[in-house]
Amino acid sequence: MSTANKPKETSYIEAISQALWEELERDGNVFMLGEDIGYYGGAFKVTEGFLDKFGPERIIEMPIAEEGFIGMAIGAALMGMRPIVEVQYADFISCGWDQIVNVAAKMHYRTRDAVPVVIRGPSGGGLRAGPFHSQSPEGWFAHVPGLKVIVPGTVHDAKGLLKAAIRDDNPVLYFEHKYLYRRIKEVLPEEEYVCHIGAAKVQREGSDLTIVTYGAMVQTALQAAEKAQAGGVSVEVVDLRTVFPIDKDTVLNSVAKTSKAIMLYEDTRTLGIGAEVAAIIAEEGFEHLDGPIIRVSAPDAPVPFSPPLEDFFIPQVDDVIAAIDRLSAY
Amino acid sequence: MDIKPIEPGAIELLDMYYYMRLGRAIEERLELEYKGGKLPSAIYLGRGQEAIEVGAAYALEQGDVLAPTHRDMISQLPRGLTAKEVFTNHYARANSLTRGKGEANYQGDLKRGLFATVSMLPDFYPVATGAALAFKLRGEKRVAMPLCGEGATSRGDFHESLNIASVLNLPVVFVVINNGFAYSTPPFKEMKLSDVAERAHAYAIPGVVVDGNNIIECYLEVKKAVERARDGGGPTLLEAKTLRMRGHAGHDAAKYVSKELIREWAQKDPIDRFEKHLTNQGLLDEAGIKDMTGRVTQEVAEALKFAEESPYPEGQEAVTDVYRE
Repeated sequence: MSTANKPKETSYIEAISQALWEELERDGNVFMLGEDIGYYGGAFKVTEGFLDKFGPERIIEMPIAEEGFIGMAIGAALMGMRPIVEVQYADFISCGWDQIVNVAAKMHYRTRDAVPVVIRGPSGGGLRAGPFHSQSPEGWFAHVPGLKVIVPGTVHDAKGLLKAAIRDDNPVLYFEHKYLYRRIKEVLPEEEYVCHIGAAKVQREGSDLTIVTYGAMVQTALQAAEKAQAGGVSVEVVDLRTVFPIDKDTVLNSVAKTSKAIMLYEDTRTLGIGAEVAAIIAEEGFEHLDGPIIRVSAPDAPVPFSPPLEDFFIPQVDDVIAAIDRLSAY
Repeated sequence: MDIKPIEPGAIELLDMYYYMRLGRAIEERLELEYKGGKLPSAIYLGRGQEAIEVGAAYALEQGDVLAPTHRDMISQLPRGLTAKEVFTNHYARANSLTRGKGEANYQGDLKRGLFATVSMLPDFYPVATGAALAFKLRGEKRVAMPLCGEGATSRGDFHESLNIASVLNLPVVFVVINNGFAYSTPPFKEMKLSDVAERAHAYAIPGVVVDGNNIIECYLEVKKAVERARDGGGPTLLEAKTLRMRGHAGHDAAKYVSKELIREWAQKDPIDRFEKHLTNQGLLDEAGIKDMTGRVTQEVAEALKFAEESPYPEGQEAVTDVYRE
C-alpha cells in the first residue's frame, strides 16, 4: 500500500479537538469558556482555529477566575445551554471546587433540573511539570455523588467519550491525560461514533491475571502485559474509561476469569480509584480470588518535579511487572 | 442612559403590600413552630428585610430569573412561591418543591425563574451571571438577579462575577442586602468601606445605595437597574441598607446586636412605613389593614395544616434523582 492511501492516524489531542469541533457544529447550544482558548488556541492548542470558525460568542475567553466561570457555566447550563469549560490545567479545577460540588452536583437531586455542563482539562504527570501542573484530580470528584468522571486512555475513547459527555444531561468532568496528547495515535472510524459513559472496556484479553486501570496507565498496563506475555503470563487489561460510574460487571467478569487482580492507577494510593475497585472485587468477587488484590499506584505524596523523583512517583512498566511476578506466585 | 421607571400604581402597591404581609405572617408562624419544637428544619428569617425582598423581586418581569439566599424566602413570593410550598419544604414533606431533599428556604423552581440556593454564599453570583450570559448569547431580553448579604461580598466569586459581568456587559442586577450582620460579624470587621456599593467602582459599573426599608425606593431603583440591564446597559451593583431583626438562624438569640439598634430599626419597620404611605395615599385604611391580616393569617393557617397533613417521603427516595437518566 502506498503512503498516500494509508488511513490517516489521529492523535489523542486531535481526537479531543475533533470531538469539540463536531459538537459545536452539531448543536448551537454548545459553547466554550476558558482561559486563552480563543486567539491563542488554548495552552495546549486544543482549540486552535476554533475562534475563526465559531466566533467570540461561542469560544469565550475568560479572565483568570475559575470559580467564577465554572459557576457561570452551571448557570448557563441551567438555562438550557450546553457549556464546555476548559480549565487550563486540571489542577486548577480545585479553584472551582465549591461550584462543582455544591451547586452542580446537588442540583438535580434537589430540583430535578438538568445541569448539562462539561468541565475538561489536562491532568496527570510525566512532563516534569511539578506539583501544580501534574495532578490526577479524578478521585476528588469520583467521591461526589451527582458527578460523572471520565478519564480516557485511548484516542478512540478520547473522542467518543467527550462527545458523550457533551450530550449528557449531568455535570461531567473529563480529565484528558496530557502525557498522551501527542504520544498515541490511532486510525479512527470515519463515521461518527459516541461512546457509552459508564462502560469499561477490555483493551487486551488474557487468562492469568487482570489489571484494572484507566487513563495513561492503560498504555503502561498494555506494555507490561506484552512483556509478561514473553515470560508466559497472559494478562488481561480492563480500562475503566469512566471512573464514576464504575462498570462493576466488566471488572468482576474479568476477575472471575483470571482469579487475580492488580489495580494500576497514577493517582495517589490511599482512597484512590483503584482502592475502590479493590473493595468492589473483595466484596463481590471474593470467591473468584486466588491471591491478594494488589495496588500499583503513586505513593501518598505530591507530584514531584525532578525527573528521578517523578519517575519514582509515577508507576512504571517495571513496577507493574514486579506486581505481576508477585501475584503470579499464588 | 437615563431610565425613569413608571411609578407603581395602586394595584401594584397593594400587591406589594400583600407580599410583605404574607412574608411576615409566614415567618412569624415558622418562628412559633420552631420554638415549639415542631419544625424538622432550621429557620432563617428575613424579618425587617421585607421592603427590599419584595421590591427587588417585584421589579423583575416574567422570564427574568432570581437567585435568592436562604434568608430570602420573601423575595420568592412575588415570583409565585406559595405559603404551602414554604411550609411543606420546611416540614420536609414528599410533596415539597425539593421532595424533602433540601431544607428550610432552599427550594426553587426554574419555571418561575427561581434558583434553589445553596449554603455557600454568594455561589449564585456566578451562576446568575452565567444565566445572563445564556440570555445574551441567545439574544433574549431577560435579566438575572442574584441576592446576597454584605458578608458574602468578601468572597472571591463575588468579585469574579462583577468583573466578568462588566467585561461581557451582561444583564445582571447584583443585589446586596446589607442587613448589618454576617451571622454575628458586623461590616466594620469585614471591610473598610462604609458602602458595599463602592465595590462597583472597581469594576466600572454603577453602584447604588438604597434605603432597604423603603419599598418604593427599593422598587424604583432596582427597576431602573433591571431596565438598564435589559436594554444592554450592563450590570449594576445595588446595596440595600437594612437590619436583620432576628438572629442568623432560629437558635441564635443575637445577643451581639444591641437593644438600642433593634429599637432604632423597629421604628423604621418597612411594613409600618409602607402602611403609613398607603394610608396617606388613600389606598389603605384600618379596615383594609385588618382585612389583610385576616387574609394572610388564613393563608398561613391553611398552608401549615396542609404541610402537617402531607406525607413524608419514603426512606428509599434518598437515592433517587442523584442523576438525570
